[in-house]
Amino acid sequence: MSYEFDFSFLDEYLPDLWHGIWLTLGMTTASILPGFALGTLCAVGRLYGPPWARRAVVIYVEGIRNTPLIIQVFWLFFGLAVLQVRIGPFAAAVIALVINVGAYTAEIMRAGFLSIPKGQIEAASCLALKPSQALWSVQLPQAVERVYPALVSQFVLMMLATSIMSQISAEELTGVAYMIQSFTFRGFEVYLVIAVIYLVMASLLRLTLLGVAQVSFPRRRRLGTPL
Amino acid sequence: MTLQMRAPAPSAALHESPSMTSPAAPLVRFRDVRKNFGALAVLKGIDLDVAPGEVVALIGRSGSGKSTALRCVNGLEKVDGGELTVCGRALHSGTVDLRELRQDVGIVFQSYNLFPHLTAEQNVTLAPRKVKRIGKGEARDLAAEVLAQVGLADKAQSYPEQLSGGQQQRVAIARSLAMHPKLILFDEVTSALDPELTGEVLKVIERLARGGMTMMLVTHEMAFARSVAHAVVFMHQGKVWESGKGEMLAHPQTVELRQFVGNGL
Amino acid sequence: MLGLTIEQIAYLFRGAGWTIVLSLLGFVGGTLLGLPVALARSSQSRLARALSGVLVQVVQGIPLPVIMFVVYFGISIGGFDVPALVAAGVAMTLYAGAYLGEIWKGCILAVPRTQWEAGECLALTSTQRFVFVILPQALRIAVPPTVGFLVQIVKNTSYSVVINFFDLTYSAKVINNSTFRPFTVFTIAALIYFAICFPMSLLASRFERRLHRG
Ligand SMILES: Nc1ncnc2c1ncn2[C@@H]1O[C@H](COP(=O)(O)OP(=O)(O)OP(=O)(O)O)[C@@H](O)[C@H]1O
Ligand SMILES: [Mg+2]
Repeated sequence: MSYEFDFSFLDEYLPDLWHGIWLTLGMTTASILPGFALGTLCAVGRLYGPPWARRAVVIYVEGIRNTPLIIQVFWLFFGLAVLQVRIGPFAAAVIALVINVGAYTAEIMRAGFLSIPKGQIEAASCLALKPSQALWSVQLPQAVERVYPALVSQFVLMMLATSIMSQISAEELTGVAYMIQSFTFRGFEVYLVIAVIYLVMASLLRLTLLGVAQVSFPRRRRLGTPL
Repeated sequence: MTLQMRAPAPSAALHESPSMTSPAAPLVRFRDVRKNFGALAVLKGIDLDVAPGEVVALIGRSGSGKSTALRCVNGLEKVDGGELTVCGRALHSGTVDLRELRQDVGIVFQSYNLFPHLTAEQNVTLAPRKVKRIGKGEARDLAAEVLAQVGLADKAQSYPEQLSGGQQQRVAIARSLAMHPKLILFDEVTSALDPELTGEVLKVIERLARGGMTMMLVTHEMAFARSVAHAVVFMHQGKVWESGKGEMLAHPQTVELRQFVGNGL
Repeated sequence: MLGLTIEQIAYLFRGAGWTIVLSLLGFVGGTLLGLPVALARSSQSRLARALSGVLVQVVQGIPLPVIMFVVYFGISIGGFDVPALVAAGVAMTLYAGAYLGEIWKGCILAVPRTQWEAGECLALTSTQRFVFVILPQALRIAVPPTVGFLVQIVKNTSYSVVINFFDLTYSAKVINNSTFRPFTVFTIAALIYFAICFPMSLLASRFERRLHRG
């Protein structure tokens, strides 16, 4: 086999690659906090909400977790187009990602809340805290700290999943790759490079999120021990 | 073991005065209180008074209903019959605002239940800040005050896992004190501790007793009950079997108490 | 029906058939690759652990669509004209193999150390020990997460749409392009995926509960 590798496209298309990287990272960062908030809200609704809220959360979570992200994205993007709502591929991608990752986060956070000993909640209520205050100041911080590694993995997976957003013409990294290979006919090299970039981004995102933990959990910063 | 911690002081007699002579209304008043868990009758008609400034020790075998009685006092368990009045609130009526009640009634658990993600200071000030809405500066002063009361002024910035069991339990006591309660409940607060650590916690409780804090405590430390409590209540099979001053332990009137102290001492 | 012709709906189900085919390919291939990966990941040899570890990390750090592209273009540089099914099947094998390997490694390591030692006392060779003592116990632990991962496989075959493999997602896209009924078309597609995945999710959590009880 006498295939000659040719990575010369790198020079010419470097700006496009950067652009794709930024879009991928932008989509990811824009989705993390809203996705986390949505998931946490759903976890709370599922655990402590009225029966209708519990049922609604179960339907949402199971519906999302048992269908592919692409179908959700298509449903939303092409559906909005038919309804004449023009929000652009980036916004549509972020909305779809938030809805998607919210369902997975809901399950993770639910496990987090359930892992907190009963005595903690009892102690909070014996100190005259309202249930909402106990939830916010006692349960939430402990739940997040306990499931943080799982959350990090989930958000890294979400970053990787942005790679299908070029299907709705968001020019994220994989979309840029497709464009480059269609000009250069160097598909193999292009996607090898892209794969390496994703690997690096996945590691960086993981490190960044772990760094965020060091800042947001003062106890962790001081002691370094898991809760 | 802890009998020698404090000379059987005249203060014991002094302390009896509120309950004996003053007509002050009791802080806690059980009248024929009943409590069932399903088909299991756990409290079968409890009568018990705790006057302001009084220290009452609940003793008895495992399963006799001590914890249940204590937990009724701050509304952790609802009473099923009889009358239970705490700090002027009729708990049996079922219309009491528990959050208001719990600002007056603190509780300390066997398992400390400190919040692991908060420092000692934050543990102590969480409720005053959220419930009483005191400011940051005031909270810091309050934390310094109550932590000093339990001898942990220097541990304000420590997290629970950095503290020994005894220290954690003292922080838990400080956390209750920070709400300036009228009454504190203690449920076997030294049972999870080594003997050396037990001493330091009991010393704190004893100091509170001397300071006039009203307390109900479930304990297995007979010597401590005898020396510190103004009244000892022996519970058996969901009833107050025998009650009186600490000396009662030396002269049990019933076979059950005799057997119980016989094993315990 | 629902604004779609019978032919169009049949087309969707034909796509669903290929989704199942690709899922089975992914699972079979993933098992063939995942078993040696799991063994290597839990082996005594540091080299085997490191190499298999790198494979797992790499596959888990690259989006599946990109893996599909790499495989697709990678095979075709040899001058072969690859059917999308082959490229998608190889990519799913890599993907499923890495994840299943990691899942099964966890199951093997979850068997208590004392079981290995017990096997040693019975004078079994290390292969015998593994096959007769460890494996049966690891398998029991492995059932719930494996069934759970089947759901991931089915869902993720949808990424093969990027290399134009004809599956349920692709057929839904095609029908939508010709009918402009996205809500109808993608709701049907979602329901078909759900009908395949949800029973497996239920099964996985039932197995999980049984395992925790037993
Ligand atoms: N939440 C509950 N549900 C059902 N039964 C309970 C509950 N709490 C306590 N009980 C039962 O009530 C009885 C009295 O329990 P309680 O905890 O009051 O005993 P105790 O005197 O504090 O014993 P110990 O010294 O072991 O703490 C026991 O038989 C116990 O099993
Ligand atoms: Mg008890």
